[in-house]
Amino acid sequence: MSDTAVASPAASGASGSGNSDSGSAGSQAVPLAPKSNQVLRDIMGGSVVISILAVVLALVVGGVLIALTDENVQAASGYFFSRPGDTLTAIWTAVSGAYGALFQGAIYNFGGNTFVRQIKPITDTLNFATPLIVAGLGVGLAFRAGMFNIGGQGQMLIAAACSGWVAYSFPLPYGIHLIAAVLAGIVGGAVWGGIVGVLKARTGAHEVIVTIMLNYIAFYLISYLLRTPGALQAPGSSNPKSPGDLPSAIYPDLLGSDFNLHAGLLVSIAATVFVWWLLTRSSLGFKFRAVGVNPNAARVAGINVKRTYIYVMLLSGGLVGLAGVAQVLGTVTSGFSSGIDAGIGFDAITVALLGRSRPWGIFVAGILFGAFKAGGFAMQAGQGIPVDIVLVVQSLIVLFIAAPPLVRAIFRLPTPGVAKKPKQPAPPKAPRQTPSEAVAAK
Amino acid sequence: MSDVNSSGFDTGVPNVTQTLDSSGPPTATQHERPDKSNGLEKTVVKSWKAPIGYLAFTIIALLLFVILGRDGTSTFTLSADNDLIQLPDITIAARLTGVIVTVLMALITVYAFLRVRADRHVPLWLSALLGVLFLVAFLTWVDAGASLPVQVPGLLVGTVSLSVPLIFGALGGVISERVGVVNVAIEGQLLGGAFVAAVVASITGQPLIGLAAAAIAGAAVSFVLAAFSIKYLVDQVIVGVVLNVLVIGLTNFLYSQVLSKNAELLNSPPRFDRINIPILSEIPIIGPTLFRQTIIVYLMYIAVAAVYFALFHTKWGLRVRAVGEHPQAADTVGINVNGTRFWNVLLAGAITGFGGAYFTLGSVGAFNREMTAGLGYIALAAVIFGQWDPIRATLAALLFGFASNLQNALGIIGSPVPSEFMLMLPYVLTIFAVAGLVGRSRGPAASGRPYIKS
Repeated sequence: MSDTAVASPAASGASGSGNSDSGSAGSQAVPLAPKSNQVLRDIMGGSVVISILAVVLALVVGGVLIALTDENVQAASGYFFSRPGDTLTAIWTAVSGAYGALFQGAIYNFGGNTFVRQIKPITDTLNFATPLIVAGLGVGLAFRAGMFNIGGQGQMLIAAACSGWVAYSFPLPYGIHLIAAVLAGIVGGAVWGGIVGVLKARTGAHEVIVTIMLNYIAFYLISYLLRTPGALQAPGSSNPKSPGDLPSAIYPDLLGSDFNLHAGLLVSIAATVFVWWLLTRSSLGFKFRAVGVNPNAARVAGINVKRTYIYVMLLSGGLVGLAGVAQVLGTVTSGFSSGIDAGIGFDAITVALLGRSRPWGIFVAGILFGAFKAGGFAMQAGQGIPVDIVLVVQSLIVLFIAAPPLVRAIFRLPTPGVAKKPKQPAPPKAPRQTPSEAVAAK
Repeated sequence: MSDVNSSGFDTGVPNVTQTLDSSGPPTATQHERPDKSNGLEKTVVKSWKAPIGYLAFTIIALLLFVILGRDGTSTFTLSADNDLIQLPDITIAARLTGVIVTVLMALITVYAFLRVRADRHVPLWLSALLGVLFLVAFLTWVDAGASLPVQVPGLLVGTVSLSVPLIFGALGGVISERVGVVNVAIEGQLLGGAFVAAVVASITGQPLIGLAAAAIAGAAVSFVLAAFSIKYLVDQVIVGVVLNVLVIGLTNFLYSQVLSKNAELLNSPPRFDRINIPILSEIPIIGPTLFRQTIIVYLMYIAVAAVYFALFHTKWGLRVRAVGEHPQAADTVGINVNGTRFWNVLLAGAITGFGGAYFTLGSVGAFNREMTAGLGYIALAAVIFGQWDPIRATLAALLFGFASNLQNALGIIGSPVPSEFMLMLPYVLTIFAVAGLVGRSRGPAASGRPYIKS
């Protein structure tokens, strides 16, 4: 091995790794400043900064809404021109109060007098995030294969019913019972999702219609079972509610009984790792992605597209089913009603979108949305601001993150990868002037 | 119009070259004949879905109406008390009706099998006939021996009432998707329209101004959809879903924070009065159903006809479809693709906004949290079910409206099946229909894809 032979690829590799450095780097003395500018520009225009700015922007819009609808602000703005300070103070009070409550409800409670109370919010956040993550993974997985799974509600309901049924009716030993209940939920969700895949594969039925319809069917089916004695209804009760879970089937608390946090979070983390492995390391995941990018090309390449649809919907339904399991074995263990899905099936779509259908992206997005949920309820209780503002902020975040050019335009950030063009002498000016000069000359 | 659609494989999606040759519905039929004369009929794929679907329905009918048939008679009331022309009640024997209908359904199924075997398509009207027969038998079965009659006028009036927002939403969806932008944001457009209509009509005291404001609100939601999907190239489904959440959040927030505190001033809109069309409203059954409605419903009739005519018989429609099917080709002949998309998505939003106004100015009378209750998604289903065709989508929307109204009607009679299953039925039937009768749905080719001019 000669030195030169080794050196030249190394050099070319080095110059290749620089983003938009052309090969001119070499031995010529290149001024450092432009290169660092370039790096700075890439960071500033990159996805992390865009994401942060999108969150900031969404919070600002939410703050404007809170301020506009706040009664004190409205009262103070009535005499804005005589005492503008009052209005500004009122705006500050309203917005900071709201976001302060949001933060204290979601992350860390400064007012708590014990350590448990202080850190309880963050565990609440993780608790809310648990079903959002798995459901988001399910929806995101379907997205990757080009399927739009709006059927989270139905899959969660069926999964919750299956899981809850196993959890309250079969006394089994500790451990085995929990596993059986979780598996029952996964199977329930997978079957409900699998119907969609089979129908799409066999008959070409559009998955959007089928998932929406299955949501309603699941809702009415579970409602019926819950009010029918001998089915899912708790014996001796007239409420449409199931019996409570047996203690052996409940997700164990992770941090003791002071916190709501349960082992479902571990399942969510495991599911994230699983989906990551599936999508990036397995041939099935490769097929999913190939079908998602271009089903025709995938078919030509020898992938059985129809079977892929079935598999992806089975898995997607199973993952969404885990969210139903988390609800019934972790959050509401005293018996479930037909509202057990708590709208998570639809929230999951936003989570998957925010996470860009990447497993770890969904994980982070799920935690963020869990924080908004936990904080939103605290904000509503403490400040009287409707929790719906959280929906506004969440959806704005997804919108802004999806459109980096918009965020860049608002904050006047440079576009990454596009170096600032050197100023060119404007060539069109000259010819344009000629006729007028010619006229002037005349 | 049934000619266009009966061609089965081309349904709803005429390809551009074909429509450029000549416009209008005869194209599809003209197009079929040369195919056959060229000896190309062998390329026609036999689709056994329709007959198999029919068979499934026939078997259900056999089980339900014959084997589990109920004795007794059923009564159908055809006129309301205030009708000018009074029709007598019809009383029929339930089991006999069940047997006759099942036999008829079996005959239709056999006919469909024979047609498919002879390489011919099963026409849409056959499915419709089968559906109507099934429904008649079903209503008879349910009402057998019950003390109360089936109120046919009430059933139909309720159907129209529940279908109005769905139809407006479906029309908006059809236009938007035909021009190449998937419109998942129907829910948001409906809800935004409902909210703004309530507020504006309450403040001004004029429902017509509220109606106009609803259209503007729908267009505003559409504007965001158009701006994000056309200018910033964001995935259209994503924008649509997120917009729905955004509008739900916004209206909920403003409702709790502002509207509920000043309900007198901001949330008590005047409602439109019913207008009876002089002669038409006295036609038995049809009159009360179609011609004793508010102005929004009449607007809907015009909208359905106008969208159908404009989409298939005008230059505008040709351009819209060209842009949705093959934007490159459209661009080549000088159509401004993104401009066309932008304005038509706005138009779609405005039409859907009218449907939103129906909630607050037509039926309910005040805004409520999430009052659209997922109807936007049902409208989306109607668009796909109706194969991106305004008339078919309208029919699909009516079917959904009928289905959701059916359980109201049956709840009064007292149905032998649990109410949840009655409520479930329309959705089960839809899945059957989508999987069996309609077959593979194919939207406009370029729908959902942004157009980047190279």
